[in-house]
Amino acid sequence: MTISIPPSNPEPLKSLQPKGWMRYLSFSLDHKVIGLQYMVCGFIFYLIGGALASAIRIELTSPMSDFMARDVYNQVLTLHGTIMIFLWIVPVVNGAFGNYLIPFYVGARDMAFPRLNAVAFWLIPPAGLMLISSYFINGAAQSGWTAYPPLSITTPAAGQIIWIISVLLLGGSSIFGGINFIATILKLRRPGLKLMQLPMYCWAMLGTSILVVLSTPVLAGTLILLSFDIVAHTGFFNPELGGNVIVYQHLFWFYSHPAVYIMVLPAFGLVSEILPVHCRKPLFGYTTMVYSIMGIVFLGLIVWAHHMFTSGTPPWMRLFFTIATAFIAVPTGIKFFNWVATLWGGRISLNTAILFSCGFIVNFVLGGITGVALAQVPFDVHVHDTYFVVAHFHYIVYGGSVFVIFSSIYHWFPKATGKMLNENLGRFHFLITFIGFNLCFAPQHWLGLNGMPRRVAEYDPQFTFVNQISSAGALLMALSTLPFLWNVFHSLFKGDEAGDNPWRGLTPEWLTSSPPPVENWNGEAPLVTEPYGYGKTKVPEPLNQIGTKD
Amino acid sequence: MTTTTPLEKDSQSEVPEKGSTHEHADHRLFGLITFLIADGMTFAGFFAAYLTFKAVNPLLPDAIYELELPLPTLNTVLLLVSSATFHRAGNALQKQNSKLCQKWLLITASLGLAFLASQMVEYFTLPFGLTDNLYASTFYALTGFHGLHVTLGSILIFIVWWQVKAPGGQLTHKNSFLLEAAELYWHFVDGIWVILFIILYLL
Ligand code: HEM
Ligand SMILES: [Cu+2]
Repeated sequence: MTISIPPSNPEPLKSLQPKGWMRYLSFSLDHKVIGLQYMVCGFIFYLIGGALASAIRIELTSPMSDFMARDVYNQVLTLHGTIMIFLWIVPVVNGAFGNYLIPFYVGARDMAFPRLNAVAFWLIPPAGLMLISSYFINGAAQSGWTAYPPLSITTPAAGQIIWIISVLLLGGSSIFGGINFIATILKLRRPGLKLMQLPMYCWAMLGTSILVVLSTPVLAGTLILLSFDIVAHTGFFNPELGGNVIVYQHLFWFYSHPAVYIMVLPAFGLVSEILPVHCRKPLFGYTTMVYSIMGIVFLGLIVWAHHMFTSGTPPWMRLFFTIATAFIAVPTGIKFFNWVATLWGGRISLNTAILFSCGFIVNFVLGGITGVALAQVPFDVHVHDTYFVVAHFHYIVYGGSVFVIFSSIYHWFPKATGKMLNENLGRFHFLITFIGFNLCFAPQHWLGLNGMPRRVAEYDPQFTFVNQISSAGALLMALSTLPFLWNVFHSLFKGDEAGDNPWRGLTPEWLTSSPPPVENWNGEAPLVTEPYGYGKTKVPEPLNQIGTKD
Repeated sequence: MTTTTPLEKDSQSEVPEKGSTHEHADHRLFGLITFLIADGMTFAGFFAAYLTFKAVNPLLPDAIYELELPLPTLNTVLLLVSSATFHRAGNALQKQNSKLCQKWLLITASLGLAFLASQMVEYFTLPFGLTDNLYASTFYALTGFHGLHVTLGSILIFIVWWQVKAPGGQLTHKNSFLLEAAELYWHFVDGIWVILFIILYLL
């Protein structure tokens, strides 16, 4: 038996939540509402961060700083990075999809701590607004998303302090979320459901949450020390007062290397959910997937100094971190081959969801290869702090995580709204995103190899043409948002009815109505012990179709 | 492949899940432990910073950084004893002896306040201030952050005491989550102090 459907309870449960669209502005405790709150809030910040990115690319079409003053450029760059990481990718791949899907996957009615969950979400909008408003008050922070001292100590204090407070709030939100995910996955599992029967996204979220809980507090402590340096003029990281900037870098990257996995591990999980559904085959190598996630979690905690090869890091340390980083490519590679093997020989429907997932696989491999190259000291010393690094991480963060976010939106939109997105428009969206993305970031490898430094508003005129190509790609990426937004709004009102299980999926969220009722199922949760039994298991009729739409 | 209906009754044992979200078993203690791990990592970051500073940044020529032992040793004793008294309070509640429980809680809270007072005395008698040098700053940051934890813990104990005392109070031997949580937190804060004492004063 792989799926058992309990009898449906004919009486719908009383709703405890506000109804209608107002509930999305309320302190709702429903995990699905909170998930969508994360999603929409994150997307608004994505649009803001994207506008900032466009400003950066416009500035870089010419070698002089003519579009913005230099210090404004620094502020825009800092806001762009901080918003994209802390207000878009981290909250969306974790908070949005995690809250929406995890309770379904473990067969629960909500997260373990619904109230904490709502608090975690409601920390985000004020933190984001505060961060952005700092630009209009006294000028935003100028020291990049890394806030390295002494730069962050010497640039205007007000913006930097607001930046620190916002990041502390967002870090707190992230920790609360992590605690909730760990408790939900380990403790709220439905009776009869074993750990090794969970959908892969649960494992990804478990691993991610472990990273969140272990590393985010270290960032918080570090930023508190940094704020002392700025406000109270202590000298923790100020060499003039006998302090040590390298300690900041170690502590910062102890969080921020895991942070890159906090952004990409959930995306791995989501892809592992989407691929099997659309190629009608079981996920290849479930067990190896689980072990490689845990391997990445462990190794991810001990590779941070590969960001510091040019910081006077002693040779033995460089050697250790090069080797550890090389090792992390192994579990990552295993996952890559597992996805390819899942696709192999499947009956693939080339819809938008799978196009974005395949786009992810391609981009991620390219970003992973440049990552392994960057971990080699002789190479890194050459390209550190150049556009090569910018290209590397955008291949991972945009080509990886953002592509997966879009893939997931196309995949789960019918579940959350009951409407289908338009496929033709979706494929068009994929095409220009993919072309725009590669046009924007592929040339940056060349720029970096030829020595163009990152984070500077001006550059050597020889780089002008290639920068203009990159900016053209950015323009295409910006435009690609339009068909997507049109698609979402149009489908929300005029889209085809999705039905409860349009993709004929086997994971539990598909076994209830679209959108699901307030506590997910009217009766008891279905027991799915083989979530990827495609080709073996008959797709059951969804539960509680009648009278349950809220 | 089969689709079985209805679900066999025997497969659902531990977790009563009957309709409402809020009826599953209580996982708050588990959540608290996870939180304390996170909190512990903040301290770990501070300790790592302190030890690295110590290893690579020599003290500037005219800087003063000398710590006396008697007062912090007394502090260590105060906190260790308070851990034991808190445990007593928990036992008393289990035995449904509310009066005794309240007594031990008050003793614990007083020990916490005594710790804070003696910490203040130390602060005012030390020959260096927050911004004097790197070690001074780290010393104050670490002990201050820990002191903040003790302060919160003491407030928490008073809340627990109030809840045990109040007529028809919510804290009974059947519903003792708040007391258990506060106790766990208090043991954690004491444990951190012992590590802090070793690293800051003894090493
Ligand atoms: C395949 C595994 C990976 C390896 C071996 C790797 C390696 C590296 C190395 C060595 C650097 C430092 C380059 C330098 O500053 O000189 C770097 C930078 C970076 N990587 Fe990766 N990386 C990998 C995967 C990822 C992933 C999965 C992400 C994000 C989801 C990511 C995001 C970043 C970011 C954001 C930076 C730049 C940080 C900054 O200085 O602002 N990388 N990577
Ligand atoms: Cu890294």
